[in-house]
Amino acid sequence: MKKDLSIKKDVPEKGTLGDVLRSQGVSRRSFMKFCATTASMMALPPAMIPMIAKAMEQARRPSVIWLSFQECTGCTESLTRAHTSTIESLIFDSISLDYHHTLQAAAGSAAEAAREAAMEENYGNYLLVVDGSIPLDNPGYSTIAGISNLDMLVESAKGAAAIIAVGTCATYGGIPHANPNPTGAVSVKDIITDKPIINVPGCPPIPVVITGVLAHFLTFGSLPELDHIGRPKAFYGQSIHDRCYRRPFYDKGQFAETFDDEGAKKGWCLYKLGCKGPTTYNACATTKWNNGTSFPIESGHPCIGCSEPDFWDGGGFYKALAMPTENIAQTAVYAAAGAAAAGAAIGAMNRGKKNASNKIHIKTTIEDLSK
Amino acid sequence: MTEIELLSWARGPGLQIASIVFVAGVIIRFFEILVLGRKANLAEAKGREMSSGLKTMITRTVPDKATFKRSSVTIVLGYIFHIGLFVICFFSAPHILFLKDIIGFGWPSLPTAVIDAFAVVTIIALVATLVNRLTNKVMRYLTNFEDLLTWLLTFLPVVTGYIAFHRIGFTAPSLLAIHILSVELLLIVFPFTKLMHAFTLFIARWYNGAISGYRGVAS
Repeated sequence: MKKDLSIKKDVPEKGTLGDVLRSQGVSRRSFMKFCATTASMMALPPAMIPMIAKAMEQARRPSVIWLSFQECTGCTESLTRAHTSTIESLIFDSISLDYHHTLQAAAGSAAEAAREAAMEENYGNYLLVVDGSIPLDNPGYSTIAGISNLDMLVESAKGAAAIIAVGTCATYGGIPHANPNPTGAVSVKDIITDKPIINVPGCPPIPVVITGVLAHFLTFGSLPELDHIGRPKAFYGQSIHDRCYRRPFYDKGQFAETFDDEGAKKGWCLYKLGCKGPTTYNACATTKWNNGTSFPIESGHPCIGCSEPDFWDGGGFYKALAMPTENIAQTAVYAAAGAAAAGAAIGAMNRGKKNASNKIHIKTTIEDLSK
Repeated sequence: MTEIELLSWARGPGLQIASIVFVAGVIIRFFEILVLGRKANLAEAKGREMSSGLKTMITRTVPDKATFKRSSVTIVLGYIFHIGLFVICFFSAPHILFLKDIIGFGWPSLPTAVIDAFAVVTIIALVATLVNRLTNKVMRYLTNFEDLLTWLLTFLPVVTGYIAFHRIGFTAPSLLAIHILSVELLLIVFPFTKLMHAFTLFIARWYNGAISGYRGVAS
């Protein structure tokens, strides 16, 4: 069945990762450099570099089944097209990607047969990668070859060694989950509870993060250390704000007020333009995008917080974090008007009571006292 | 509920609830004070109410010598934390942005290092105020539950704001949410406790000055 797939026919079928890289013309020096970068990104000591190199060289290509549910294919685009001919992409190419319905040539029952064959052959050992959220309201909202997303996920997860949820849709529900969530979209973690799940959020996630996670899995045979919402700490351990090169401007109180004012031209902090850097944990500020060219803030746009749950419902991308998400001025005016009316009414009632008691008050005269 | 959901709730519905209680509470309290009315003073006026009242609103800012000598610690600490609170509330960049979104205009902010220094001094002054209240025998005797509650509700926004800025312990969204929620708690309790003094202070000063002015004596 694998012959039906269009993925990397020039890659040796069952070779080790080292064989694959050598066949692609990757030098030992470049490979060691990649291992060193991976080690430093994952905050591992330099002594681990040779170990990573050895483990990765000898690693058998793991079977990977990639499921795409309610998504936009942005994650796949990010991971496959971010940069060409880098070792990261070769590592990605070097896995045995046995099912990915966007990338594979086969379709329909032939494609599903490939998935079933890969699952059977590598039962208990394959990696399941999922991008996209799963609709629960109606299974018909999203189907592949007539199989609902929910059924396919549950079935494919059974024999998986681990699941990597890629992108904010698979990790936290993402755009489909945004209010009012018309499809009842949920994340992988909401459905699968008995498998190790690693969340690689982002809209899309940084390519090097997914290869880093794969490298960790190939080296140690286990998942990296995760934070409280399932993200690898090595990449999501620090906020964008803390690693942002514009941070000194924030500290000095120098802000761009609009997208084309003097502050914006001077590269000042984008906090007032809605930057979510202070509440967003991701590696953009350090690893950057497009082969290390830049990241959104460097291009002059505030961080939208795409690696955090519910970032679509955070009250607007261009609203500063300190600003209320609702119209508080209007609320306050209504509250003031209501309270003033209530106050006036209570005051009038009190006055009426006072006047009434004054009316029935009988004055005591001297005659009364001398009775 | 995720931490981002908590933050969104704090910035949205939570803040709406708090501002309704705060605004409505303060206005109803004002009605309570002002609509109550005063009995007509039948005595002949020996001076002017208004000018004496207005003067007293300012002159009472400086404590008289005898009072200062008697409770210098309370007065000095009080001044430090009130000025600190004022600077933090109205001159830190995020707070100005917050106010600008509500009232429609803003003003220049102070650098974060300056705000940070004010925050540290305010926290120390607030802790010292509590220590003074609990160690001074007379103060402790006079202290009731409301005093401790209002102290805590004033202390929490400052300390959570400081922690949120420096991101100590928890993640940034949780810390920011906790900070905003602590302010909302303060806003909700504000109209119904002695915290109302932020508004009634000047009415009280004016009234004191006006009584003296009417009688033709120094305030």
